Amino acid sequence: MLRNFIILTLASFAFVACETRSDVEIANEENILIMGNSAEPKGLDPHLVSGVLESNIIRALFEGLCVEHPSKNEESLPGAAKSWTHSPDYTQWTFSLNPDAKWSDGVPVTARDFAFAYKRLLSPDPNWPAKYAEMLYFLKNAEAYHKNKFGHILCGNDTNFPLPWDTLKEANFDGDPTIKLKSFNDKKFEDLKKSKREKLAKYLQDGETIDLSKITPKEVNFNDLSSPEKRIYFNAKGIDKLSEKELTFLKTQTDVIKWTDKVPENIRQIVLDRIIEHHKAKKPSLWDKAKVGVTIVDDFTLKLDLRGPVPFLHHITKHYTWFPVPKHVVLKYGEINTGLSSPWTKVGNIVSNGAFKLKKWRTNHILELDRNPHYWDNENVHLNGIRYLPVKNLFTETRMFGDGQLHITYKVPAELLKMAEEKYPKSLRKEDYVGVRYIRVNTAKSPFTDPKVRRAFALAIDQKALCDKVLMGGQQPASGIVPPFGDSQPAGVIQFDPEEAKKLLAESEFADPASRPEITLLTTDSDSSLREAVAYQAMWEKHLGIKVRILQREWSTYLSRQFSQDYDLAIAGWIGDFLDPTTFLEMWITDGGNNNTGWGSKQFEDLLKEAENTADPAARLQILAKAEKTILDDTPILPVYWYATNYLIRPEVKNWHPLLLNNHPFKFVKIEK
Amino acid sequence: MTKLILSRVLQTLLVVFFLVTFVFFAVRAIPGNPFVSEKKTTEQERAALEAYYGLDKPLPVQYFNYWKNILTRGDFGDSLGMKGRKVSTLIKESFPVSLKLGLLSLFFGLIIGIPLGIIAALYHNKWQDYIAMIVAMAGICVVAFVLGPIFQLVFGKPLPILNVAGWSRSSDILLPAITLCFGVAAYLARLTRGGMLDVLSQDYIRTARAKGVPTMKIITKHAMRPALMPAVTYLGPAFAAIITGSFVVETIFLVPGMGQHFVTGITSNDYNLVLGLVLFYGILMGIANLLSDIALLFMDPKLRKA
Repeated sequence: MLRNFIILTLASFAFVACETRSDVEIANEENILIMGNSAEPKGLDPHLVSGVLESNIIRALFEGLCVEHPSKNEESLPGAAKSWTHSPDYTQWTFSLNPDAKWSDGVPVTARDFAFAYKRLLSPDPNWPAKYAEMLYFLKNAEAYHKNKFGHILCGNDTNFPLPWDTLKEANFDGDPTIKLKSFNDKKFEDLKKSKREKLAKYLQDGETIDLSKITPKEVNFNDLSSPEKRIYFNAKGIDKLSEKELTFLKTQTDVIKWTDKVPENIRQIVLDRIIEHHKAKKPSLWDKAKVGVTIVDDFTLKLDLRGPVPFLHHITKHYTWFPVPKHVVLKYGEINTGLSSPWTKVGNIVSNGAFKLKKWRTNHILELDRNPHYWDNENVHLNGIRYLPVKNLFTETRMFGDGQLHITYKVPAELLKMAEEKYPKSLRKEDYVGVRYIRVNTAKSPFTDPKVRRAFALAIDQKALCDKVLMGGQQPASGIVPPFGDSQPAGVIQFDPEEAKKLLAESEFADPASRPEITLLTTDSDSSLREAVAYQAMWEKHLGIKVRILQREWSTYLSRQFSQDYDLAIAGWIGDFLDPTTFLEMWITDGGNNNTGWGSKQFEDLLKEAENTADPAARLQILAKAEKTILDDTPILPVYWYATNYLIRPEVKNWHPLLLNNHPFKFVKIEK
Repeated sequence: MTKLILSRVLQTLLVVFFLVTFVFFAVRAIPGNPFVSEKKTTEQERAALEAYYGLDKPLPVQYFNYWKNILTRGDFGDSLGMKGRKVSTLIKESFPVSLKLGLLSLFFGLIIGIPLGIIAALYHNKWQDYIAMIVAMAGICVVAFVLGPIFQLVFGKPLPILNVAGWSRSSDILLPAITLCFGVAAYLARLTRGGMLDVLSQDYIRTARAKGVPTMKIITKHAMRPALMPAVTYLGPAFAAIITGSFVVETIFLVPGMGQHFVTGITSNDYNLVLGLVLFYGILMGIANLLSDIALLFMDPKLRKA
């Protein structure tokens, strides 16, 4: 028995020993591209993923209205749409779809699929786990629909409503974002910080105090509340978020919430009646009433109305959130917004409209795509397929490249850059990538309450030394938040200046070392982030004489601590979704979900709003540059460097040019034998 | 015999029960949250996700439901990290891979470790012994993340028939199996040596020697069986451990096995995945221990009487 086993094993090795060509050599003959893709994809539903590695696969499977140009960042090529026009003010775009465009099962791709996709991604259902719906907020009324803004949808969109929305919207529909009821948990009103008490003050009359314990639980019994408690509770929530019971109560005492004088009592009653009626009807879909700016003119014409001028809409349609999903397949395997439990993206079920279709998907092993014979431009697609390998270990990946197992790697780790430079000089790429590395500052904690201290920390970072001596991957010192691309110029505000930094620190409230508490620098538990953190630590100690303590935490704790603003300084990064400064600026609005610095500025938000309503591209960029300067002057974040991508690519892979978003269109990629 | 099996099965069930109970609460005590991502998860989203996975209920209810789903429907729940995938599917996919790799490396471990141990015992305190034990010590000390890359560079890269990493060719199993086998071989060598030294000093061996039985025959016929008892005891748990995969070897060699799930499950706070794996591992461990007990019974008549 044992002998048989040995013979069998040896025989099977002898059998495989015949194959002496490398994987890449075999793949070259089959015309298949093999890529390292860093990790197992979390999923393939374009509406439910948010990562770079998933996007690498989804871009090959699906196709949006426009497609990336293989080498020009600023250009868009026809994809599912064969042509498009826009109104002179860029607020209305009409896309003529390609009638030859088909799903991989031969069913035509129509405007219905796009409208269905947008309705799906924007679904307001709390059980719908989409992470990226705000990418569609460019569409008119999309935000109101997604966030279930009842007032806006039921009254504002009604042209016959007795009061115009512009007046009505002054009422407190959205709630007061500065009051977080949960944060009062276990606190007493008298013990609140002054800043917090001031936020409450506008709802209180002189001398009134409240019992916080009554308004913090999940189920608040509002009948027990005193009238100032009611005012705070209702205003913190806002009309749109109130339950049916609360609304019915509000009808009897409308002035508990802020309406402004311009909304008379009878109008208040109509508004509340409409929302109550909607609750009573078991909340039917509001899609039609919401009037989201998506119109199916006919099967092959899609009209998009936008919330304001968006001269770069064609760039945005290249992002996977704007891709269509196959209505007929999604509905076959579930409802429009069946999220995690829908099997429509499994092998055998999924159909796609891009150059490739899904062939094989094994967890932690391989994901393989095949040519899509129904693709409209199939004859111009060079590759027969793509294999994605989830190589988590980047050292293994580089070794696999050297052994001829990969055409393209995901990333060369910083430790191997020098080796790669010597060994594979022709294969190593160091390309600019629209992303920014920065240090997030908790502006609520001393000493960072003083902008001078923040600025001193920013100016004491020797960005160039960090890029050239520590990172060595072609990163560029960041003089601002938005990396340069196209007509958008770098801000040029933050530059290493140790003298100025010292001066600022000396002028600040915290000039005296004894007045400064211990400062920690939060980062992840990887080796490379530690190297970076140590560099900052050394620079601050050398130039400011301040020794910060490095705090390494594993990924999810690292993220949670930032979201709950439980840190002093935190190393972080942001990668652009499209080529426009707003992708880097919008997150810094007051209490934005990804802001987490406690910083906010009315002036900044007004500038963003102004840009949103400016059609002229050049003027728009100028306003946005001003907005960026507003942040940088206050320095709630310390920009450090602009990202670069480092990867290895085999010389036989053609039509793979540097692209700022690193979104290479696979349909053009070619393997030259 | 039946009594032994029965009591072992009962013991295993008891151990698995306590294991799952402990891990159920321990894994929830790990800092972090399964639904954290780079983009902010709103309160509403988190509430919806927690409701979907039943994490909004009080802990005792969650615990009760966990057992209920397993016992009534054989359902280990969905993975929280790899959303939309069942824990049972993940185990079903990855276990055969780890099993195949584990069996081969165990086989390598046996054919290297046992002869090494025997040689060391036979040449006790001679240079052969020292060399064998240095090799064995190195096998224990040099960890897989050092050995793996060395093998990749020394064998994988220059030999055209071997890939550095991956799981597409049938030769891909070789390097990870060899990397994994060293630890097993090293322990086996030390245990066999110890057992063999013990047996070789017994009277009946001396008698056999005095009778003029050839050394080879003494070893195979008289000494081997009792000398291997410590090794067999060790093999039970080692078997269960090796066929459930190793995180380090799997990530270095890109093997789609079970070991990766253990670590990613912990780091991504994937409660269901970790629990499913622990349960599966616990049962395997019980079976492996039972098998090694039965093997010992066959090897040692004294145990049979007891």
